[in-house]
Amino acid sequence: MRNPICWRRLRALCRKETLQILRDPSSHIIAFLLPILLLFIFGYGVNLDSTALRVGLVLEDTGPEARHFAENLYGSPYLQITTGLNRQQMEQAMTAGMVKGYVVVPIDFGEKLKRPNDLASVFVITDGAEPNTASFVENYVRGVWSDWLQQRAAEHGEAPPVEISIDSRFWFNASAESRNYIIPGSITIIMTVIGTLLTSLVVAREWERGTMEALLASPMTRTELLLSKLLPYYVLGITSLFLCVAVSVWFLAVPFRGSLLVLWGIGTLFLASSLGLGLLLSTLLRNQFNAAQAALNAAFLPALMLSGFVYEIRSMPTVIQAFTYLIPARYFVTAIQTIFQAGNVWPIIVSSGLFLLLASVFFIGLAALKTRRRLD
Amino acid sequence: MFSRIITLVIKELQALLRDPQSRMILIMPVLLQLGLFPFAATLEVTNNTLAVFNEDNGKASFELIQRFAQAQAFSEMLMLYNEAEVREVIDNQQALLVIRFPADFSRKQAAGVSSNMQALLDGRRSNSGQIALGYIQQIVQAYNEENLRNKNQLSHANLIVRNRFNPNLDYVRHIVPSLVAIITTISVLIVTALSVAREREQGTFDQLLVSPLTPGMIMIGKTIPAMLVAMVQATIILLAGIFIYRIPFVGSFALLYTGMVFYILALAGFGLLISSFCNTQQQAFLGVFSFVMPTILLSGFVSPIENMPVWLQYLDWLNPLRHFIVIVKGVFLKDIGLFELLQSLWPLLVIATGTLAVANWMFRRQLG
Repeated sequence: MRNPICWRRLRALCRKETLQILRDPSSHIIAFLLPILLLFIFGYGVNLDSTALRVGLVLEDTGPEARHFAENLYGSPYLQITTGLNRQQMEQAMTAGMVKGYVVVPIDFGEKLKRPNDLASVFVITDGAEPNTASFVENYVRGVWSDWLQQRAAEHGEAPPVEISIDSRFWFNASAESRNYIIPGSITIIMTVIGTLLTSLVVAREWERGTMEALLASPMTRTELLLSKLLPYYVLGITSLFLCVAVSVWFLAVPFRGSLLVLWGIGTLFLASSLGLGLLLSTLLRNQFNAAQAALNAAFLPALMLSGFVYEIRSMPTVIQAFTYLIPARYFVTAIQTIFQAGNVWPIIVSSGLFLLLASVFFIGLAALKTRRRLD
Repeated sequence: MFSRIITLVIKELQALLRDPQSRMILIMPVLLQLGLFPFAATLEVTNNTLAVFNEDNGKASFELIQRFAQAQAFSEMLMLYNEAEVREVIDNQQALLVIRFPADFSRKQAAGVSSNMQALLDGRRSNSGQIALGYIQQIVQAYNEENLRNKNQLSHANLIVRNRFNPNLDYVRHIVPSLVAIITTISVLIVTALSVAREREQGTFDQLLVSPLTPGMIMIGKTIPAMLVAMVQATIILLAGIFIYRIPFVGSFALLYTGMVFYILALAGFGLLISSFCNTQQQAFLGVFSFVMPTILLSGFVSPIENMPVWLQYLDWLNPLRHFIVIVKGVFLKDIGLFELLQSLWPLLVIATGTLAVANWMFRRQLG
């Protein structure tokens, strides 16, 4: 059996592939411009922390108690209060999306508070069309409400009621900023785009134009062919990965607590699996348009939806949860979020690494198998 | 003139629907996303793991743990016995949050002194953490109120929360209407941009340009098929939303489809504009992709527009999807009227006019 790799030939092939990358402006865009653009969009545009929620206030009762509560609402740093004349006006503003909810202090609020046997209620109406925002409106108003109750008790000279309070602390991310985990997670999306989408397009183009047949007819071996496709795009992908890390840390101020070496290792494994999937899809479909569509549906969408980088996997139905275990992006998201925020947590890194290794072997192996068949 | 446009439209539809593989490509993503998104794209917190480190073992902490265990947010409970385990559980993401009761917790409660419990959360999932913490706080508050009522200390004031348009804060009601808008976006852009790019790659675009068709007519001929495809896809999702996901459709179909026509025009403008810069399908595909990603991410679907920096909010005015999502959700869930519709419709009209005019100019220039 002849040697599967002739280094001279491999070098020549890699050189050809590299020249092709350097020549094509669309690969520059996808490897360098798009990642930066996406990072900034995820960094600035995708923010789950509602800091100044626009909330309406209808003070039907203008007595001292109601005004005191209103002052507390105005004082909350999380709420931006607009005062309305009546419920109807606020209802319209909420329908139009101008406010995310409104608070109503009913006309008899102060009266009822004075009467010990009556229950004085304040109403909070939220815009359920945006469920995440609605739950934040509720939480913030509840916070103001319980502060107000305590202040009121203190001012009336009553002993503060015996209560249980909760001290909450967010580890790794003390101010609970969603961008600190969304930005590292979004690097997964970027790596998927480079690894799978770009390779699937490029290899499918070779099939479409017939140059792949020419390559297969040359004396090169299958290993050389695969390596010549994998290596240049690997270099492109890993460069892009470190570019993303640099931008995240220096421009977007995301803390990085792990080691770059570990990230490089995990990144290599993830890229290998993405490149393998891209090669496989393009070898199977051999048509640019279809390969790109398939890459979108097989790699990009799962990376966005099922990797747990924005959407909580544990809240999904069991069947979909089971399915996420098959998605390489899921492991990379966990690993990269951990490396950025928590540092080198070995149990997570090792288990993610193992799975990614398995996925790489699987996809590259399958691509190799399919490539040989075309030679017959 | 009309017969020429109609011929072109028929030709385009044939090119789109001719072979089974392309038909698959038009229908598969719709089904896939319809089956997956409503279940996956949720920021709700359910079935998570709660870890408890109880140094107290008194009555009050026991009672609270019982109540936490019944919350829908948590389906699994981990009992921890030392500090090292707390660190391990959070580091390895075995639990979303750890509740810690200090040793004097129940003693203080019994003695009538306010007491403290700790909640430790995983900052890698801070949004879910905050929501879960909200649930914990509600449970503790209810417990507090019960205690106070027993001791007659309860202030007779309460806060009543109602969620309008979606009483149970069901994520499906947020996702399916948004999906109508998102699917429309992807297919209109792909159909317009790629069909022009394919003609260019195959050299048939020049033939179209030398035919008696004007650039304007070619643009109409490329837009109408995209509109038909997108409207069929949108209708499928709409029907699935109403009949399968059981979301009550409270608004008017006429308003929704009016909005959709304007939206598709705005998108077709972008699609044709992208195609006028591209010579190959690959470039067109990457162009569409680079446009679609920011459009979806900044549409208010993933996170609210109000949370963005102000300059980005202004820039985002150019994002047609942002306006259309407001229309779809408004009509679907809130029964908005013509007046509210117009507030989102006129930006679409401006965007459509602008992009179509520029695309038309680009095509004319290439003709000259």
